[in-house]
Amino acid sequence: MSKGTMLLLGAKSDIGRAVAHRFAAAGYDIQLAARDSDTLEATKTDLALRHNIAVTTHDFDVLQTDTHAGFVDALPALPDIVVCAIGLMGDQIANEQDFEAATRVMRSTYEGPAHILGLLANRFDARGAGQIVGISSVAGNRGRAKNYVYGSAKAGFTAYLSGLRNRMAKRGIHVLTVLPGFVNTQMTAGMDLPEKLTAEPEEVANAIFNGLRKGRNIIYVRSIWFVIMTIIGSIPERIFKKMNI
Amino acid sequence: MTDLSGWGGFPSHPATLANPVTQADLARAIADGAVIARGNGRAYGDSAIGLRKTVQMHGLNHMISFDRQSGFLVAEAGVLLRDVITAFLPHGWFPPVTPGTKFVTLGGMIAADVHGKNHHKDGSFRNFVDWLDVMDASGVVHHCNRTQNAQLFEWTIGGMGLTGVILRAGIRLRPVPSAWIRQTSQALPNLDAVITAFEGADAATYSVAWIDCVSRGASLGRSILMLGEHATPDELSDDAARYPFEIPDKTKRTVPFSMPFSLLNSLSVRAFNGLYYWNGRRNAGISFVDYDTYFYPLDAILGWNKIYGRRGFMQFQCVLPLETARDGLRALLKTTSLAGAGSFLAVLKRFGPQDSAFSFPMLGYTLALDFPATPGMIALMRKLDQITLDHQGRFYLAKDSRMAPDTLHASDPRAAQFKQMRQEFGATDAFQSKQSERLFL
Ligand SMILES: Cc1cc2nc3c(=O)[nH]c(=O)nc-3n(C[C@H](O)[C@H](O)[C@H](O)COP(=O)(O)OP(=O)(O)OC[C@H]3O[C@@H](n4cnc5c(N)ncnc54)[C@H](O)[C@@H]3O)c2cc1C
Ligand SMILES: NC(=O)c1ccc[n+]([C@@H]2O[C@H](COP(=O)([O-])OP(=O)(O)OC[C@H]3O[C@@H](n4cnc5c(N)ncnc54)[C@H](OP(=O)(O)O)[C@@H]3O)[C@@H](O)[C@H]2O)c1
Repeated sequence: MSKGTMLLLGAKSDIGRAVAHRFAAAGYDIQLAARDSDTLEATKTDLALRHNIAVTTHDFDVLQTDTHAGFVDALPALPDIVVCAIGLMGDQIANEQDFEAATRVMRSTYEGPAHILGLLANRFDARGAGQIVGISSVAGNRGRAKNYVYGSAKAGFTAYLSGLRNRMAKRGIHVLTVLPGFVNTQMTAGMDLPEKLTAEPEEVANAIFNGLRKGRNIIYVRSIWFVIMTIIGSIPERIFKKMNI
Repeated sequence: MTDLSGWGGFPSHPATLANPVTQADLARAIADGAVIARGNGRAYGDSAIGLRKTVQMHGLNHMISFDRQSGFLVAEAGVLLRDVITAFLPHGWFPPVTPGTKFVTLGGMIAADVHGKNHHKDGSFRNFVDWLDVMDASGVVHHCNRTQNAQLFEWTIGGMGLTGVILRAGIRLRPVPSAWIRQTSQALPNLDAVITAFEGADAATYSVAWIDCVSRGASLGRSILMLGEHATPDELSDDAARYPFEIPDKTKRTVPFSMPFSLLNSLSVRAFNGLYYWNGRRNAGISFVDYDTYFYPLDAILGWNKIYGRRGFMQFQCVLPLETARDGLRALLKTTSLAGAGSFLAVLKRFGPQDSAFSFPMLGYTLALDFPATPGMIALMRKLDQITLDHQGRFYLAKDSRMAPDTLHASDPRAAQFKQMRQEFGATDAFQSKQSERLFL
């Protein structure tokens, strides 16, 4: 018996796949969306076999905002839950010189995700129910020299989710903002991350699943990140600007 | 570099890890040679620690197809046995052969050619493996089975990762009527009685004995023998019969031995073994146990492998041919108990006939003991090695962490052939573990 349907935007992401397994294990049917959806076949079969649920795959490019409405219309059913795992970190050094590249990071991380979630929020509103999960990042809490192009886009996305939650709360639609710290994925492959601060994708997936159940608004994965970001946030700008963190 | 060890925590070596998630990643990871695949690290010693690099297989863990009519499963090697059970037991299918933990990968089960409590009837895991896809040193994938690339197929099963990396396998699960086992247990006063009981129990699907290896003299080898059959719904209580493939929540289940284990610090090995025996004697007879409790009692005790503390522990597992088993087992148990070194878990099991290239099992009896990783115990295990050799026995590489190369080669002439085959497959330099280096494989 299906518990409902979860739409995953960014189905090739490591965090995204862990989220799909978590919801599938709980009995949800899954809609997997990503660019080049042919490559999702192995994930689709694996999910369906392991969890005995229905899985569909869908082509989706977050940058092609004019296709978003058609994408939602073509889904076999309007999902009960949408999780957006799309984001693009890019290379900060390159982004400082190549504004095309910087724009792509900003559009993939903020504009595109905001566009599709806004559209789904309206559909959920018309139906009168739905849950929205946006995976943003602690990188958006304060701009740092090391990754402010990506960080600023995440800041925009976090603010967007906050506003959307505020608007939708009165309409019975819940918005969950997820702020992971470091996560061990392809995005961070090759980086030397501190073990104690680095979550596994399954941990993020569990936090999202439980966070939704409890109706949480904002979750930090590994709560130490709340502490770290509070400290980073409280450093006066005149000192912060000289720091190298 | 991180320190890596097997399940016993001994030995531990600095290791470089690779985590491929695609076939192309895998090919890149093995390109420079001296690597070994690692499944879920449940081998006790250094089998899954690469000489130069260790390739973790958990990213290659897709289930690819399953036929609910025939029970035929195709899956990537990194899939955990636990996940196979979770996915297919509800449809009436169970692993045809299972080790005493479900936290192993299919790749690890094939590479060690694992045996279960049904070896005397069904043989080892290889009997249920129809085909393999194996990646060689240059990244080329070979499809192999009993007729196509038959040599690679035969030597890879039981080959401890030393012939190539298993990517995928096609395996046959067994149909079961429920998730429950009808267990018949019997207390037996000494080794002779246990062996006689085993010989009379060859019709049972599952059989295993837990030996009190502290007892001496007339009661040397006294044991609890446990036989098992898959239970049919009509044998079960109404509740269980209504949902025959569901078992009670873990939290609600009583964990066998949890009492002695939680008291391990204050209880001596002697007390544990005695308690286990008397408890088994009191509970002798028929009972219905869920599959998890029956096959995987230790899985319920998180981190039990830490009971020996940081120094870690070692397993000794050998098999003795039928003709010498009685004498050999007596000598092994006597030596262990005289050394005052009883192990917490001493398991005796009857093997049936086995026909394979380099797998561990053979017709006879297998005994498994564990010991803390101390110099004294290593010396004791050397004595046990010698007794095994004297009785024409051989050793289980998946449990070994310290054997001498001469011991292995003296026990098993197939080792030389295995080396030869590795050469032929171009695997000698490409695939090397700390264990293969130590054992001159
Ligand atoms: C509590 C417990 C009970 C056990 N009971 C039994 C038992 O009853 N019967 C039994 O037979 N064994 C038993 N074992 C041993 C266990 O089944 C084997 O060691 C098994 O190989 C572990 O699987 P793994 O995935 O953890 O492999 P690892 O321990 O990671 O690796 C074991 C070997 O398999 C190789 N390998 C792993 N994956 C691949 C791959 N994809 N391609 C090529 N080679 C690979 C490794 O190189 C290594 O040589 C037990 C172990 C424990 C901890
Ligand atoms: N890893 C971390 O440490 C970390 C920390 C905090 C937050 N996050 C956030 O967590 C989310 C998941 O990231 P991850 O770590 O799992 O990394 P990831 O594997 O790189 O996932 C990012 C995903 O975004 C997709 N994507 C990028 N541009 C797209 C586009 N135009 N259209 C459709 N999809 C697009 C990518 O798809 P393709 O595969 O097709 O490129 C990729 O699957 C991201 O939002 C990320 O910002 C990650």
